[in-house]
Amino acid sequence: MHEWALAEGVVATAIKVAQREGLREITEIRVKIGELQQTDMEIFEFALKEIVRPQTALLKRAKFVFEHEPAMLKCRVCAAEWPFKQSLQELDEGESESIHFLPETAHVYVRCPSCHSPDFEVTKGRGVWLESITGER
Amino acid sequence: MDPRLGIIEERLKDVKRVIAVAGGKGGIGKSSVAATFALMLARAGHRVGLLDLDICGPSSHVILGISGVAPMEDKGIVPPLVHGIRFMSIIYYAGDNPSPMRGEDISNLIIELLTITRWGPLDFLIIDMPPGIGDPTLDIIRFMKGVEFLIITTPSKVALETVKKLVKMLIELGSPIIGVVENMKTDALPAAQGSIEALHVPFLGTIAFDEELEQAVGDVDRLAKGRFAADLRGALASVITAGGGGQLV
Ligand SMILES: [Zn+2]
Repeated sequence: MHEWALAEGVVATAIKVAQREGLREITEIRVKIGELQQTDMEIFEFALKEIVRPQTALLKRAKFVFEHEPAMLKCRVCAAEWPFKQSLQELDEGESESIHFLPETAHVYVRCPSCHSPDFEVTKGRGVWLESITGER
Repeated sequence: MDPRLGIIEERLKDVKRVIAVAGGKGGIGKSSVAATFALMLARAGHRVGLLDLDICGPSSHVILGISGVAPMEDKGIVPPLVHGIRFMSIIYYAGDNPSPMRGEDISNLIIELLTITRWGPLDFLIIDMPPGIGDPTLDIIRFMKGVEFLIITTPSKVALETVKKLVKMLIELGSPIIGVVENMKTDALPAAQGSIEALHVPFLGTIAFDEELEQAVGDVDRLAKGRFAADLRGALASVITAGGGGQLV
């Protein structure tokens, strides 16, 4: 997913939660990032800073903590399991660029290393998850 | 919490009307209607977007003859303006390759597309929906508040039966239904109007089976001037004016 969109989503959701919980200030935001998303952390962190800047009161001291989850794929035909990283090495630039923008297009370009089936599931490392928001009331 | 869901509403806040073009089954001309509708709106001077969510069989780009364009990256993705339409589709990322995806993948892909796409201000966002009443339809209702459904059917019994199911589900979910358009009308089959009105949803009109439509595929000028577009314009004119969206000329 695109880093800016993701950063906007994280901040918007954090603000919503803070308002619901009556937080005066958010001190920590924990985000779990699946490897399938192909997030460029440098751009992501820069985007977060830029988006947070005008939100001074609520997010001034907020610290972001990231947890990365490697992506695992499992073939639905032969049950083979393999790390997404392994498939990524075999893709050309355009293909991995597509997955960067739309992670689900992995299904278009990745095949099971054992039986070449395109029918696999992402068992781990998909999506982005806001794990927790800590703050002061 | 999925932070992507927090941003979809924001992405659509400058879009006046979101209209999902849906049908109970495939092969009823839903994509032709969605693409032609978007084209007519654009030519009438409206700001319009077209989102092809028929993930497994995207075809809006074929109907509108769109190729050689790509979205621009700007704090998200800005769809290119083609024939006056902001056009977004999985084809930018999947090309002509098949997309072997299951329900969960398709749901995720729809969320991603809605999250990354920056439409900007639009009068209409037309969505070419996947056929049927599966996950994608439920997702659209869940994520896009205020989406209105334009339903397409053919006079065939099978199409009408599946449309009944779709209408019932939308009513149960409280989704607004603009009405039903009967496509590919021929003299060989009884008109669909009666069966549609029995469902207590507006019957908007009929598009005659147009043998020339196939020749117009990929040629927007021919598409806009053809009988298919003329019939569609007739069926939808009242909808557009009633919704305060201006004239559909
Ligand atoms: Zn396999």
